[in-house]
Amino acid sequence: MKVAKHTFDAVIVGAGGAGLRAALQLSEAGLKTAVLTKVFPTRSHTVAAQGGVAASLGNSTEDNWHWHMYDTVKGSDWLGDQDAIEFMVKKANEVVVELEHYGMPFDRTDNGKIYQRPFGGHSQNYGQTPVSRSCAAADRTGHAMLHALYQRNVRANTQFFVEWMAMDLIRNADGDVLGVTAMEMETGEVSIFHAKATIFATGGAGRIYYSSTNAFINTGDGVGMAARAGIPLEDMEFWQFHPTGVAGAGVLITEGVRGEGGILRNASGERFMERYAPNLKDLASRDVVSRSMVTEINEGRGCGSEKDHVLLDITHLSPETINKRLPGIREISIQFAGVDPIKAPIPVVPTCHYQMGGIPTNYKGQVVVPKDGNPNVPVAGFYAAGECACASVHGANRLGTNSLLDLLVFGKAAGETVVSDFKSGQLTLKPLPDNAADVSLARIARLETQTNGEDVHEVRLAMQRTMQKHAGVFRFNDILKEGVTKILEVAERAKSTQIKDKSKVWNTARTEALELDNLIEVAKATMISAEARKESRGAHVRDDAIDCAETPNGRDDKNWLKHTLWYSEGNRLDYKPVNLQPLSPDVEPIALAKRTY
Amino acid sequence: MSSKRTVQFKIYRYDPDKDDKPYMQDISVELEESDKKLLDALVRLKAKDDTLSFRRSCREGVCGSDAMNINGKNGLACLTAMEGLAQPITIRPLPGLPVIRDVIVDMTQFFKQYHSIKPYLVNNDPAPERERLQTPEDREELNGLYECILCACCSTSCPSFWWNPDKFVGPAGLLAAYRFLADTRDQATSERLDNLEDPYRLFRCHSIMNCVDVCPKGLNPTKAIGKIKDMMVRRAV
Repeated sequence: MKVAKHTFDAVIVGAGGAGLRAALQLSEAGLKTAVLTKVFPTRSHTVAAQGGVAASLGNSTEDNWHWHMYDTVKGSDWLGDQDAIEFMVKKANEVVVELEHYGMPFDRTDNGKIYQRPFGGHSQNYGQTPVSRSCAAADRTGHAMLHALYQRNVRANTQFFVEWMAMDLIRNADGDVLGVTAMEMETGEVSIFHAKATIFATGGAGRIYYSSTNAFINTGDGVGMAARAGIPLEDMEFWQFHPTGVAGAGVLITEGVRGEGGILRNASGERFMERYAPNLKDLASRDVVSRSMVTEINEGRGCGSEKDHVLLDITHLSPETINKRLPGIREISIQFAGVDPIKAPIPVVPTCHYQMGGIPTNYKGQVVVPKDGNPNVPVAGFYAAGECACASVHGANRLGTNSLLDLLVFGKAAGETVVSDFKSGQLTLKPLPDNAADVSLARIARLETQTNGEDVHEVRLAMQRTMQKHAGVFRFNDILKEGVTKILEVAERAKSTQIKDKSKVWNTARTEALELDNLIEVAKATMISAEARKESRGAHVRDDAIDCAETPNGRDDKNWLKHTLWYSEGNRLDYKPVNLQPLSPDVEPIALAKRTY
Repeated sequence: MSSKRTVQFKIYRYDPDKDDKPYMQDISVELEESDKKLLDALVRLKAKDDTLSFRRSCREGVCGSDAMNINGKNGLACLTAMEGLAQPITIRPLPGLPVIRDVIVDMTQFFKQYHSIKPYLVNNDPAPERERLQTPEDREELNGLYECILCACCSTSCPSFWWNPDKFVGPAGLLAAYRFLADTRDQATSERLDNLEDPYRLFRCHSIMNCVDVCPKGLNPTKAIGKIKDMMVRRAV
C-alpha cells in the first residue's frame, strides 16, 4: 500500500475540549497544525458533559482557589500531584472567562455574571459547607463549551482532518515522537503525519466496561497507541463510577441534579446519604456516593422488582426550576427511563464514567517517563491533555466539574508549551525511520487476511463483562486475580479477530477492530494495576483493606502513596512518588488526613 | 411482553467498492428486551452483519451523529423508540446529500453552509478581565438556538435546501446565524445581515416548516428565520 506523507509543525489527535483548546493556542500563534479526529469535532464526547466547569469565581458564594485546591487534593485521596493541582485551580478563572469571551452561553446570575451551582465535594472553608463553584450553561455545559471552542477554531482557521482515525505513534530509536499514522475513513488510505510536536487529546476509554456513560467512540485510542509504543500508563486502576447513570441504559444524569437539590432515596424512601456523609450528604465525593448506593443495594434496600437501583428524587423542586436548570435531564429521563422527573423519581445506578489515569504528563502537558533514575523525564516532541492524560490532578477520584476544567487548563498549557518550544527552536523535524508506517500497515493487512477468527463484538463483549465483574465499584483479591488471568485470555483472542467487511470505503468494522486493540491495552493496564494495589484509595476499594488508625478507610500511605506505572511490554509494573509539594514555595501542602464528607 | 422479538427492516445499502448501484435490503433481527431504541436495533444488526455502516457516538441525542431517514422521516436513531415504528422499518440516508456508503452521507455542503454564516462571536472591544455581563433575560434569548447539535435532520428535510444546497444556507445554518444575531455580546449585526441579504441565502425559506417537524431537539429554525427577516425589514425602513 502506498503511504502518503503530510508534514506539519504540530499534529493534534482528538478534537474534543482538550484538542480544540490546544489547537486554538497553536493556530493563533501561526503554527502549521493538523487536528485529526475520528468524528466531526462537535460530536466528541465533551459534548455530553452536563453539570458545569469548576472555577472559584465566587459569583454566588464566597470562594477562592485555596479552597478549590484543598477539595481537589482531598477528592484525589492525596494521590493527585499538588503542583499540577495548584496550577489548575489557579488558572480556572482565566480559562473560564476566556470561554465566556469566545461566546459560550453560560447561564447568568441576576447581576449578569456567570451562573454557578454547587457540586459534589466542592466546599467553602476546607470542607465545611457546599460552595457554588460549577459554572454552568443549563445542564448542557459540555455541549455549549465544545461548540464555542469549535466556533473559535473556525474563526482561527484551524485545519481539521475530519473522520481520520489515528492508528499508531511514530518514535525513532531515541524514543522521540515524530508524529502518527492515520487512516482516512472514507477511503481506507493510511498516511503519515510527520510533525515537530504531537499532542494527544483522545479522551478516555470508558467503553472497557459493559455499563458506561461513555459514547461508543470512547475507546482510549491515544492511551492504547502510547502503550503500544512503549510509554507507561499511570494510575489506570482508578476509574470513576458516576453515582447516577440511568438504570439499564447507562446514560448520564448530572450531579448538578443534586447540586440543584436532588436527593437519593432507597426502597423505604430514606435519604440514605445522611448516614454515609453527614456533612455534605448527597453532595459528597462521587466515589463515596457510588459506594453508599452499592452498599444500599447489596444490603437489600434497592428499589424496583429486582432491588437493583436507587431513586434520584427532584419532585420537590418546582417545575420552573427543573425546566430552566435541568431541561436536558428531564429530556433524558423521559427518553431513557420513561419517567418525567417533575412527577416521579429517576431510577439510577453507579455507572463507569471517567478514567482518572492515563498517559503520564507534567503540568505543562509534556509526556514524562522514568529515565536514568528520574521518574519524570519529558519525551521529546510528545504532549497530552484531557482525559487521556494523567497530570495528575484527579489522583484516585475526580471531583465533578474538574474534568472540563482539566481539559481547558491542560489543553491550553500543552498548546502554550508547544508554541514556546517551537519559538525557542527546541522543536525540530527529525528524520522518519524507513519503517514508520509498517506497524499500521501490518494491522490493516491482518484484518484483510484473517480467517477463522472471532467477531470483534464478541471479544469486546467478553472484555466488557470481565472488567465489569472483576474491577467494579468494590474489589476483592480473588476476583481481581482471576480477572487478570481472564483479561489476558481476552487480549489473546483480540489478536485474531476477524471482520467480514473488506471494503475500503467507510469500513466501520475495521475501525471497531482497530479500536478494540486500544481498549485491550487499557483493560489490561486497569486490571493488572488494580490487582497489584493492596490498599483502598479513592475509587479503588478492596474489601481486604482494613479501616484503622494506621490505614484510614483502608488507605495505606506508608506503602502505597505512589503512582502506578504499567508498561504494556511484559505487563511490567513500576511506581513513582506522588508530588506532595505545591508549585509555589509560599503555598502550604495539603497535609494527609482521613477522608470524610 | 416476551423478552425477545424479531423485527423486520428494509435498509438502503450501497458500498461503492463492490455495488454498481444502491439497493434496499430486507433483513430481520432478533432483539433483546433492553433494545429500546432504533440505534440498539441497528447495533444488534451490525453484530450480525458487520458490513452495515452508519455513524453513531453518544447514543443520547447530544452528538448528532446518527441522523437518518426513518420510515420516511428524518430523526436520530438513538432517540427513536422501537415501540411504535411500523414494520418493515425503512431506513434510508438523509435525503439530498451525496451518499458515501449505506446511510453515511457526505455532509460537506451542510457544514460549508454552517461555516458561511461566521458561526462565532464577534466582539472587537478589548477583552475585559472578567466575564462580559449579560442579563438573565438577554441570555434567555439564546434558548432554543444554541442547543443545535448539527445533525442535519432539518436542512436535509427542507425542499429549498434540496434544490439549492450551494446557495440557500438552510435551517441549521440560519438558526446558528440568529443565535449570534440574538447575542447581546455580538457586535457584527450589520455584517451578519449583509451576509444574508441575497435572494437565496435567507429568502429561499418559504416557511414549509419541515425543519421544525423533524428537529430531534425540539428547536424551531423557521421562527429564527422569521426573526432574521424581521431584522432585515427593520433595518430597511
